[in-house]
Amino acid sequence: MTPRYVLDDLAALEAESIHIIREVAAEMQRPCLLFSGGKDSIVMLTLARKAFAPAPIPFPVMHVDTGLNFPEVIAFRDRIVAQWGVELVVASVQDAIDRGLVREEPNGSRNRIQTRVLLEAAEQHGFDALFGGARRDEEKARAKERVFSFRDDFGQWDPKNQRPELWSLYNGRVFPGESIRVFPLSNWTEIDIWKYIERENVPVPELYFAHPRDVVERRNMLYAVNSFVQPLEGETTTKHTVRYRTMGDANLTAAVRSEADTVRKIVEELMLTRITERGATRGDDKISDSAMEDRKREGYF
Amino acid sequence: MVELLRVATAGSVDDGKSTLIGRLLHDSKALFADQLEAVERVSRTRGDDYTDLALLTDGLRAEREQGITIDVAYRYFSTPRRSFILADTPGHVQYTRNMVTGASTADVALILIDARKGMTEQSRRHAFLASLLGVSHIVVCVNKMDLVDWSEARFDEISAEFDDFAIRLGVSDIVYVPVSALLGDNVVDRSENMRWFDGSTLLRHLEHLHVSSDRNLVDVRLPVQLVIRPQSHRHRDHRGYAGMVAGGVLKVGDRIAVLPSGFESTITAIDGPSGPVEEAFPTMSVQVRLADEIDISRGDMICRPNNLPTVTQDLDAQLCWMDETTPLRIGGSYALKHTTRWARARVRGLDYRLDINTLHRDQDADQLTLNEIGRVQLRSSVPLFVDAYERNRETGSFILADEGTNRTVAAGIIVPRTRAV
Repeated sequence: MTPRYVLDDLAALEAESIHIIREVAAEMQRPCLLFSGGKDSIVMLTLARKAFAPAPIPFPVMHVDTGLNFPEVIAFRDRIVAQWGVELVVASVQDAIDRGLVREEPNGSRNRIQTRVLLEAAEQHGFDALFGGARRDEEKARAKERVFSFRDDFGQWDPKNQRPELWSLYNGRVFPGESIRVFPLSNWTEIDIWKYIERENVPVPELYFAHPRDVVERRNMLYAVNSFVQPLEGETTTKHTVRYRTMGDANLTAAVRSEADTVRKIVEELMLTRITERGATRGDDKISDSAMEDRKREGYF
Repeated sequence: MVELLRVATAGSVDDGKSTLIGRLLHDSKALFADQLEAVERVSRTRGDDYTDLALLTDGLRAEREQGITIDVAYRYFSTPRRSFILADTPGHVQYTRNMVTGASTADVALILIDARKGMTEQSRRHAFLASLLGVSHIVVCVNKMDLVDWSEARFDEISAEFDDFAIRLGVSDIVYVPVSALLGDNVVDRSENMRWFDGSTLLRHLEHLHVSSDRNLVDVRLPVQLVIRPQSHRHRDHRGYAGMVAGGVLKVGDRIAVLPSGFESTITAIDGPSGPVEEAFPTMSVQVRLADEIDISRGDMICRPNNLPTVTQDLDAQLCWMDETTPLRIGGSYALKHTTRWARARVRGLDYRLDINTLHRDQDADQLTLNEIGRVQLRSSVPLFVDAYERNRETGSFILADEGTNRTVAAGIIVPRTRAV
């Protein structure tokens, strides 16, 4: 028997996220939602639509385009903002490199330098609240971060000086120049995201589904051959059925072996998997035990 | 149906708390191979004798360097019956702030007692904080049973001692489980070593605990977050009062009253996240539409005409002070957030400071510093619509922020007024 007046887990998470999004819209001067086209950000955008329907989302979305994105994800992003009538701001890392704001790093990763680009764009547009799709289950530094995460006027996170966060009372008070990063999906797990995508029919980029692709193996990870990944000397290309678990930069995001070509199969696959999504797919997170904390201190998402 | 359960744990490495959480995550398959591998690698590099599962939850560099848990960490695991959000908090007195934070949203508090040591000051403090924060279920894990020869007598002795203390706290539901987190006995799997124990294992108990009746379904409370008014032609007449239901059940056709205006109207529609619904209950995020165009804005509250919260500018509250830089000042004024309403509040008096280890009340205290709890009287700049915390956690709680720094400096729990006004 279904008990009366009880929400199931997804409905409870959904209600909490909508509450958070509405608090930001009500209290902050100029919010913006970070939208990359990945599964978490599309779920967050879906929740934002629900929070204000039938009115439109009362803030723009921003994509920090590293210039290394999968073309499929950029196409998906553009299709969604057009269909849903959302205002898109693009902050381009390539443009920032060309202007000399940031310099390309030797390892080819633009993960770190995009922080400067994000902060510059936020300042230009006067955003005082940025919604991010990060989840606490992703990474252990994130597990310690507040839903309303205060940033000083340099965009920096100070993990030892976080505002206590109790009940559902969020403190978004900031002085000019300071800002809040808001994580409405803090309490969601990867499986919750996929179950919600299934339940609500949320569109996602095709790359999430298993497909036979030409891949090369590097450091025990499979990289699909694309315009950013070409076989190096000595590497052989083989065909595998793979899918992407995350949508990072195309040159550094690995694919995983998978037969899951539907959302249902992805949910079932995740119930059995023994590796975290970042561990399985990100070459750039393995640098050190504190890589994420360090980047967040600098103002990363 | 999979239900969400929020669990708060408090404790230190010495109690075996990290081992217990590691065991819960591991045995419920929420621990991933690469996470475990990373922890094993670090433990090996440091020359630890065993894999330090605390490294899983100590997410900050400072915590790993010092080998202590500083801040609340959130962990997630699920079984076919339930999804769990575990707020893992440090147990020492200097982290009372973090324990209070973790307990503020918890349905259940998990308290660890080392079977060799029995009740300590720390376990008493944890029980008190759980009861103060309105956590209605406590699970006491008597841990390290392997080190007391799986003794039933020892377990009974500790349970009785805890009961004696808890009876003064008014927690209605306390369950005791004898466990060995290290060996796994009674955490997820039943113990072969303690056949005398006929209760449920820890996980089974958490899976079956009845929490749905903890919510207040009687007093209708909808704090208005914002008014949704599309400027489009198609939805020209839509005026949705959006908020998260803090109490009671709202139904289409119900008569409602709005505070502070006192205007009454009738609910014509309720919109949930996926469209119209017939009823709304805690903790749904909804929009309510009304038959009459009345002036309602953020900070107002929708209730039933015959069941209103107390409208007052004078609050009596238990206050937990959370700021390390400045103490609570009598006569000082702060920004106060209650439901969806910000106000200013002046501290009119400090009745007493509570010793959270002995529950002794120090009536001569003239300030509260970090981690101290005391009973205060506040005067707010505008009327607030409050219930006693024991009746409703959402309408019975508030935070204070320092207007000079914007930091959150205190958590407040509204208690019924006892003094004649």
